[in-house]
Order: sequence, then structure tokens, then C-alpha cells
Amino acid sequence: MKLHQVRRRLSSALMTAVVAGLAGLTVLALLLILGNLVKEGVTSLDWNFFTRNPVSPGQTGGGVANAIAGTGIVVALAALIGLPVGIGAGLYLADYGSGRLGWLVRFVADVLNGTPSIVIGVFAWTWLVKPMHHFSAAAGGVALAILMIPMITRTTEEMVRLVPHSLREAALALGYQRWRTQLQIVVRTALPGIVTGCLVGLARVAGETAPLLFTALGNVNFSTNVFQPMQTLSLQIYVYATGPFDEWHRLAWAAALVLMALVLLFGVAARRATRSRFADGR
Amino acid sequence: MSSAPPATDRSAARDSQRTALGSSNTGDRVYRAVLTGFAITLPLLLLALLGQLTLSALPAIRRFGFGFLVNSVWDPVAEVFGAAPLIFGTLASSLLALAIAVPLALGVAIFLTEFAPRGIQQPMAFLVELLAAIPSVVYGLWGIFVLIPFLRSWVVPVLKATLGWTPFVQGVFYGNSLLAGAIILAIMVVPYIAAVSREVLLAVPASQREAALALGATRWEAVWTAVVPYGRAGLFGGIILGLGRAIGETMAVTMVIGNRHDIGLSVLAPAYTMAAAIANEFSEATTSLYLSALFEVGLLLFVITVLVNAFARLLIWRVARGTAVGSRAL
Repeated sequence: MKLHQVRRRLSSALMTAVVAGLAGLTVLALLLILGNLVKEGVTSLDWNFFTRNPVSPGQTGGGVANAIAGTGIVVALAALIGLPVGIGAGLYLADYGSGRLGWLVRFVADVLNGTPSIVIGVFAWTWLVKPMHHFSAAAGGVALAILMIPMITRTTEEMVRLVPHSLREAALALGYQRWRTQLQIVVRTALPGIVTGCLVGLARVAGETAPLLFTALGNVNFSTNVFQPMQTLSLQIYVYATGPFDEWHRLAWAAALVLMALVLLFGVAARRATRSRFADGR
Repeated sequence: MSSAPPATDRSAARDSQRTALGSSNTGDRVYRAVLTGFAITLPLLLLALLGQLTLSALPAIRRFGFGFLVNSVWDPVAEVFGAAPLIFGTLASSLLALAIAVPLALGVAIFLTEFAPRGIQQPMAFLVELLAAIPSVVYGLWGIFVLIPFLRSWVVPVLKATLGWTPFVQGVFYGNSLLAGAIILAIMVVPYIAAVSREVLLAVPASQREAALALGATRWEAVWTAVVPYGRAGLFGGIILGLGRAIGETMAVTMVIGNRHDIGLSVLAPAYTMAAAIANEFSEATTSLYLSALFEVGLLLFVITVLVNAFARLLIWRVARGTAVGSRAL
């Protein structure tokens, strides 16, 4: 009996150690990746890297100014298209989403959230690149927007639902029409949360490569024309990492570090903002 | 009051409420119509995706029929296309990735909800979620320059020494391989499975745990016999969600899996996945049949991930109704 208890205690302690070890291993993987990024990338970050365009293969030097600008433009385009639709659909779900259509939209949003981004890239190619007969940053923006919409929809709905009902009722009791109540009281209250959701969504698509392969395509020159091919950091990293030159690999690490920093900056800042407002602890 | 039947009473009350909420005035109707328009975009998008992919894949579907799924020849020159190696590679890499990721993710979730000191719960959960924020292409870069060299000098010799007699560890290790792809995928899906599992475990009522402890169970026994079984459906949903992610993941896999249309049992050999084939060959597809074959691969990939995700969502919804579990991962 006693031996039995000792054995059970021991196995409990052992399993606790095992799950702690597994959790530690996961965090270790993250730290390794981030550590490598910083170690390999930071030495290449200089003035030229941010201000110059790529040079021909074999030459040294050059930067990724075109890719940084391109990322900004493509993501801005995606935001322009994706945010209104995503926020609108999210508001619908929060305000009128209890019916059958609400169920469908919610379900479709969750399903689309898991759709492979490459499939969306191929879709955007068929509808935008093929009819226009050339690759364009605009097509890339649309592809990223499609990717972003379901995410924004769900976070907007969640954030609006967090607004206390008493606020809504107070406005209605004062004779506000329903749409003004929603827009001026409810949305305004939930705004920090909605903005956070949007920032997280933008951070997510800023790192996407697959939907841009056949839409924005990439460009070795600096370009701000949204109807022409455009370089982004993610595409640049892909080309440089899979290319044969050491110089390219060096630039790929640096570009990856910049992209990661960009994504983290958006994401972390956004999360901090919500956490202080809606301390829901999740 | 007493003469009016209760049913009429209620509908009258509903009517008066409707006018009080003003849903019959123009502003409200416009507002609702606009929002409905935005909301309908999502189902329409899903339909458009499915319709367009099917349409573009039709030539290949007509030409190869069911054989597309089982034929393993992929010869663009002869215009013969079979997706069996792609389907095999996708399943093999995803399942192998799950075999690595599930213990890690469940370990994270159980540790964080049941054992971790309060002070490190939030920071650790945040760090694990950060894994989901790393762009796919950065994972690929890391895979090429850090993971593969590490596998070559440390893991593969050990594997060969211990499991070298099995058909799963055979041949020369060139770097780009099923093994590298699966490990990268595993790291990438851990945050998704861990996030869902954690929410599921948090949703288990404390009484489950307390009852087990009161009966004299050790802490681990309480977790393993009372908490985990209670959340079984949700945990399974999280794992299936991870599977969906792994199946559709493109860039990182493309960069490390080797991209060869082969079916082999050895994890050291190069393989290919559906997503990687599209990423790699779509812009090279010179004939319309080649392009159509790639569209059919895309259609397959889409249908598989939609089914897998729908299944996972239904499982998770049963546990945590309506909340967007897992989609909050950064």
C-alpha cells in the first residue's frame, strides 16, 4: 500500500517534469529561431540596407529599400479593401448575427481562416492577373485582403460583444436610433479592440509570401506603381534564401530580421493595447 | 388583460419593441443592409473560390478522372499528371508533424493550465503564441540554414544508428527532406494546437479536478483521468485544426522538403506536398493542361482543408460555443 502510494507520487512528479520539459522545449525553439535571426541579421543592418535597391547577383552591397516600400504599399492596399469588409461583417455578426445567416457567416469565416494562402493566391491570379495580362501589386493587395477578412471579422465581432449591454440600452432609451447607437456608442467603445484586431491582421498578412508569388510577383527595381509587379520583404527573403549566393543569404537574414521586427512591432503593440483595456486575461 | 390570449400579448410586445428599437426607419434599414452586404461577402467568397477552382480544374478532371488521385507519374512534357506523390507527401509530412507537435502542444497546454506558477503562465503563453507570428518564409530560411545543418550533423547519424534497419531511415540525407519539412511544420502548428488546448482545458469545470483530488488522486492523476478526458472532444478539435494548418502550409515546406515527385517511406528522402507543388510549378506551367492539373491540386487542397477545418470547428464549438477559439493566436 505504502509502496503503491510512493510510486503514484513519483509518477505524478515525473509527469509534471515531462510536461514542463515539453513546454520548455517549445519555448526553446522560439528563442533559437529569434536568436538566430538576430545573430545572423543584425550585422547587415546598416544605412545602405534600408536605403539602396538590390544590386546584380555577384556584386556585394545593395539593400532592400524597394522591398520595404513594397511591403508597405501592398499591405496598405490589403487594409483598404479588407478592413471595411471585415469590420462590416464583424459588426453584422455582433448586431444581427443570431440568425441562420449569422451562423453561416461565422462558420465560413472560421473555415476561410484555415484556407491555405497559396489557394487564395491562385484564385487572385485567375481573377485579377490573368484578365489584366500582367502581375500587379493590386492583385497582391486583393489576395492579402481576402486572407485578412475572416480574421478581422471574427475579432471585430468579439470586441463588439465585449461592450456592456447597458451602454446600448442607455443610448436606445435616450431615443437614439439603432444604427447611431451602434456606430456612435458601441463601435466607439469597442474601437481600441477593433483597431487591435486590425493591427494583428495586418501583421499577419505582412509576412505572407504564398499569395504574392503569382500576384505581386516581385521586382528588382524600386516601384510604387500598384498596377505593376512589386517587391515585398517576404518575396525578397524567399528569392534570396533559395538562391545560390552567400551575399544573398546574408541579405535574406537581414530582411527576415526586419520583417520579423515589423510583424512583432504591430502585433505586440496591438496586444498590449487591448490587454490594458479589456483585461480578460486570455 | 385577462381576455387577451398570451400569444398575442407576446407578439404585440415584440412589435412595440421593434418600433422602439427603430428597426423600421430608413437609417436602420440602410445600416442593416450595408452590414448584411459585407457579411454575405464571406459565403460568396467561399463559393467563388470553390467555383473558380473547379472551373479551372475541369480540363484536368475530364482528362485524368479518378486516376489523378492514384497515378504517380508527373510528366509535364508528356502531359501526364498524377497527384499521388503530392497527396502522399502532404499526408506524410502533416501526420509526422502532428506526431511531433501534439506532445509538445499538449505539454504546453497542460503545464500552463495545471502546473505552471501563476507568474509564468501569461509570459509563457505569450511566447508560445509568438511562434504563430513568425512568417512562414522566415521558418523556411531558418530551416535551410539552421535546422538542416543541425539535422545533418546531429540527428541523422543518431537516427541511422538506431533506426537504420527500418525502411523509414534509408538512403543518403541531402538536407531537403521529408524529415526537415515535418519538423518545421511541427514547430509551426504547435502554437495553434496549444492555444486551442489551453482554452479547452481552462473551460473544464474546477469541480472535475477537485472531485478527483478529493478522491485521493495525485495531481497528475487528476489531470489525466478527470480534466483531459472531459476536454477530449475540444483537444481533438485543436489537433485537427493543427492538421489543417499543416496540410495547407506552403512556403516553409517548399523551401525544405526537396520538391520531388516521389513516394518513398524514408524520412531522409526528398518529398513534395500539394501546396509546395503549386508554389513551385504554377508560374512554370506552360501548357493549359499543366495549369489545369495544378488547379486540380489546388482544388483538392482547398476541399481537404475546408473539410478538416469544418470538422475541427464543429468539435471545438461543442466545447466553447461561438467563441473564436484559436483564431486569436497572433
